[in-house]
Amino acid sequence: MKRTVCAKSIFELWGHGKSPEELYSSLKNYPVEKMVPFLHSDSTYKIKIHTFNKTLTQEEKVKRIDALEFLPFEGKVNLKKPQHIFSVLEDYGLDPNHIPENPHNIYFGRWIADGQRDLIESYSVKKRHFIGNTSMDAGLSFIMANHGKVKENDIVFDPFVGTGGLLVASAHFGAYVYGTDIDYNTVHGLGKASRKNQKWRGPDENIRANLRQYGLEKYYLDVLVSDASKPSWRKGTFFDAIITDPPYGIRESTRRTGSQKEIPKGLEKCPESHVPVSLSYHLSDMFFDLLNFAAETLVLGGRLVYWLPVYTPEYTEEMVPWHPCLKLISNCEQKLSSHTSRHLITMEKVEEFENRDQYSHLLSDHFLPYQGHNSFREKYFSGVTKRIAKEEKSIQE
Amino acid sequence: MKLLTHNLLSSHVRGVGPRGFPLRLQATEVRINPVEFNPDFVARMIPKVEWAALLEAADTLHLIEVPKEPIEGYEHDEEFLRKMHHILLEVEVLEGTLQCPESGRLFPISRGIPNMLLSDEETET
Repeated sequence: MKRTVCAKSIFELWGHGKSPEELYSSLKNYPVEKMVPFLHSDSTYKIKIHTFNKTLTQEEKVKRIDALEFLPFEGKVNLKKPQHIFSVLEDYGLDPNHIPENPHNIYFGRWIADGQRDLIESYSVKKRHFIGNTSMDAGLSFIMANHGKVKENDIVFDPFVGTGGLLVASAHFGAYVYGTDIDYNTVHGLGKASRKNQKWRGPDENIRANLRQYGLEKYYLDVLVSDASKPSWRKGTFFDAIITDPPYGIRESTRRTGSQKEIPKGLEKCPESHVPVSLSYHLSDMFFDLLNFAAETLVLGGRLVYWLPVYTPEYTEEMVPWHPCLKLISNCEQKLSSHTSRHLITMEKVEEFENRDQYSHLLSDHFLPYQGHNSFREKYFSGVTKRIAKEEKSIQE
Repeated sequence: MKLLTHNLLSSHVRGVGPRGFPLRLQATEVRINPVEFNPDFVARMIPKVEWAALLEAADTLHLIEVPKEPIEGYEHDEEFLRKMHHILLEVEVLEGTLQCPESGRLFPISRGIPNMLLSDEETET
């Protein structure tokens, strides 16, 4: 429970029913010897009522607590700091527009622990100093850190770091963090702001400042301006986890550095002494590079966690990139629109990486199914163009 | 840029291969930034360090009291770990360059951030 942002709380269930009567008889059937350790006369306790999708008055709550008098409570009530907390949980369904008179289900249990859902609010992107157009939602960033099994003293790397949201979540769990991005301005925290009423980024807007905001600056190792397809690490296994959200080519462009002759005329060069960037980076190549990089630089047992954008009508499981050194652990879909979604892919390194060359021909065949997604950008927008065309047609009619 | 990072970076200029490491460090602005000491993390990093490269970089920055090699039982030697903690994590190069020892290509460091971008011609295929 110290890690999950998906569960609010966990209770030891003592009884349940579809009505108060059913609940009470269920409770009477719960073995007394399991109750007694928490109810004896030296202990303190309190009872809370939680209702989901309904509000009760204080009077109604007190009535429900009184109805539990038959339980062998021998301890003293302490509302401020009880040793044991018991809860009545009433489920009134999921539709806020049709709240039933009586609950569908009632549960009674002993509270054990809370999850970390508070982190979603405390780390909310709304309050973060430095954000970008595609900063990861706080809840998702913690889920990704959990998929990566990030733990204290790990080194976590994000090769498409952006504003560092994924590093913040990993640092929260005690990992030391590295990030790279091809975009000079984002890494340095310069240029136009992403917030609605703000024009330029302020001096406290950069990845390091984000970590500092949450008291996590000690976990900041470094960020570099670098092309993820041409990494600058020496040979070795340095990372316990690689957690990243690569660009999909929609709101951030997919780019890699290229040579002069490949850049079409009229394309802007980056201001700061850099090489021209803007070669389109085919998505399938990007995932090929990412998996290869992970296989090479992760420790054995280390994890790669990343988002894979898909055009839903053409998606098949065969499309998920694979690598002989990496085992697929999970594949979770999040819908983005009617015809697109992204999949959170988690892989674990199970084989040592031998040398680069032996994999290149093997993998190019397996990446063919994903080739279709190179035009992900066109497919993403195809729905929009069709809808606009439809609307215009109906206006004319 | 911290010295731990410098120890992990290599030049990927075409044809250079493993001779791209270590990058020659030159610093015009350095800052000491205190970081909370975590002996477990430092101990974990010791086996990953390329010691010769570290000594060279530390020498360039005129650091003193740099252990010449990991000592026996370093995991429990607080004095050793504290020295390594300082060298690897608390010394930051804010402005300077990293130079590929084979090709001579310079990678600038500004505001503490190295820029490793190369053009296609310069990189390995």
